[in-house]
Amino acid sequence: MISLAGRDVLQSWGKFVFTGIGLGLLIGATLTMAGVYRGMVDDARVLLGSSGTDLWVVQLNTLGPYAEASSLYDDTWRGIASMPGVARAANVTYQTMQVRGGGRDVRSMVVGVVSGGPGEPGQPGHLVAGRHLTRGHYEAVADVATGFRLGDTIGIRRNDYTIVGLTRRMVSSSGDPMIFIPLKDAQQAQFLKDNDAIVRQRRRTAENPAFDLPGAPGVLDAVLASQSINPYVNAVLAQLAPGHAAEDVAAQIRRWKRLQVYTQSQMEEILIGKLIATSARQIGLFLVILAIVSAAIVAFIIYTLTVAKIREIAVLKLIGTKNGTISSMILQQALGLGVIGILVGKIAATLWAPVFPRNVVLDTGDAARALVAVLVLCVLASAVAIRAALRIDPAEAVGG
Amino acid sequence: MADPHVADPRATGARAAHPRAGIRIEGLRKRYGTGDTAVDALRHVDLEVAAGEVVGLIGPSGSGKSTLLKCLGAVIEPSAGRMTLDERVIYDDAWKIRDLRALRRDSIGFVFQAPYLIPFLDATDNVALLPMLAGRPNGESRERAREMLRALDVEHRAAAMPSQLSGGEQQRIAIARALVNRPPVILADEPTAPLDSERALAVIRILHEMARQYRTAVIVVTHDEKVIPTFRRIYQIRDGRTHEQVGEGRAFR
Repeated sequence: MISLAGRDVLQSWGKFVFTGIGLGLLIGATLTMAGVYRGMVDDARVLLGSSGTDLWVVQLNTLGPYAEASSLYDDTWRGIASMPGVARAANVTYQTMQVRGGGRDVRSMVVGVVSGGPGEPGQPGHLVAGRHLTRGHYEAVADVATGFRLGDTIGIRRNDYTIVGLTRRMVSSSGDPMIFIPLKDAQQAQFLKDNDAIVRQRRRTAENPAFDLPGAPGVLDAVLASQSINPYVNAVLAQLAPGHAAEDVAAQIRRWKRLQVYTQSQMEEILIGKLIATSARQIGLFLVILAIVSAAIVAFIIYTLTVAKIREIAVLKLIGTKNGTISSMILQQALGLGVIGILVGKIAATLWAPVFPRNVVLDTGDAARALVAVLVLCVLASAVAIRAALRIDPAEAVGG
Repeated sequence: MADPHVADPRATGARAAHPRAGIRIEGLRKRYGTGDTAVDALRHVDLEVAAGEVVGLIGPSGSGKSTLLKCLGAVIEPSAGRMTLDERVIYDDAWKIRDLRALRRDSIGFVFQAPYLIPFLDATDNVALLPMLAGRPNGESRERAREMLRALDVEHRAAAMPSQLSGGEQQRIAIARALVNRPPVILADEPTAPLDSERALAVIRILHEMARQYRTAVIVVTHDEKVIPTFRRIYQIRDGRTHEQVGEGRAFR
């Protein structure tokens, strides 16, 4: 038996192929949306995995440091480092800000870490160029997504930093590339006010009679000195000693230090389940809308193609063509459109994904699921056209 | 003198003529609707066409020609009467055939005012489609189609798409399609309407030749004054009733 669908497509291949390409671009957008979500999840995992951390110790009753603000005294790490089961502990700060460099601003997450080699908690795991932070001040390691290069000078608040190392795939949950600077500089960057504000604060404190006691002249100086430093960090990152379970050590820290402690799996749950949950819902909604639009397009095109063949279908029915053959012709065309759409969509998504500012992960499983979903949608979308075709009366082929 | 548009039947490999009884219709009625709004499109139709015979069916608009054609074509169900096809009763106050689609496919050929070829199939496959629908293998179906195209002198256009064919060629392909399953009856609905005189007469001549050659009963619905004189018998339909007339049966020149 001749493939009626195939012959029809060959006859009007231009219309069919261009419709398939249009549908494919839509499917490409759908796959990309899924890829953006996958990228967010992937970034979160890379962020946690590359930080070389087993436990995140943060302010009690917070989800910090990525999901909520968290503040700890910067000597807290000493007590944590001395806990049984903790091999190393280090302070860390996180702050999202505009970083100047090369005549432009780059939205970045500035991470303050204790200077040291690879393996220190909080340090980027792998560099693609240069070296880790070794000095206590004014040098930085930047993610390549910032666009900075080795030797570039960047400005963070009132200080300039030299890029000594480059890393890759170190981005925040918002997709901002990370810049690592020494902890002390980062604490200052979080706290440092402009000169006028400092002068006004000193004057206000000096005017306070509670600090200007005749019998204790050192109080005012002590208070002013305390206002000039930032003794806080956002979290303490800890690495476990071999043979110790993360949850056991975390329980000890919670009990004795009365701090919030998250293991890697708990932090992953916070990042993926809470922090990007809203984005995931948005993307999910976009996927539903795009799926509906795709189905509507397929339904409309197949219906239009079918209605344009009313007379031919009436003749086919009149000369004895089975309803199944006619339905199959329409169904095959709808499925053909779906297959073209998936192929074009996959190619388009692969081509344009690298251009996106965020990490887009095109998962083969997603493409396979999209193929199944598109084929199901095509079957459903062709139902309208099939119904219309089956309602065509063969008598329409006979005059009168 | 041999018709230049019709190939020698011996060359077509057509099967030997066999006795066929044609089509017989007795007391056929068709009523649309019920009650006060009922309309009798056919009140009493008697019609008989022998195998190998071509008859004309004429009548003014609204006289019931199309309704009769649809009843004959098993497209709509008559209200009463009896239809016999090759001595097989297909309708006797009810359909006696379960599969009307197969009946149309195997026993009735249709030729329309416009050729209504399937635009995405070439000439050969337009014709071969019917035997394929009947379950014949593709190769055999295409061979039968080529045989018909040869018989209708359009074999050289076998690979052409309908859009590449002239009106006359398209109509011949449509006739080939109607004949390819060797149906006992062909219903032709204004087959010459879009054609000029020469081509119209050529089509009617082909129908006469094919009717003789394949022992097919052919009913031609027409208004065409040029072709009416070619029929030996004519059925005129008025107010849903048929009246048989003797035609001129003018020979083709």
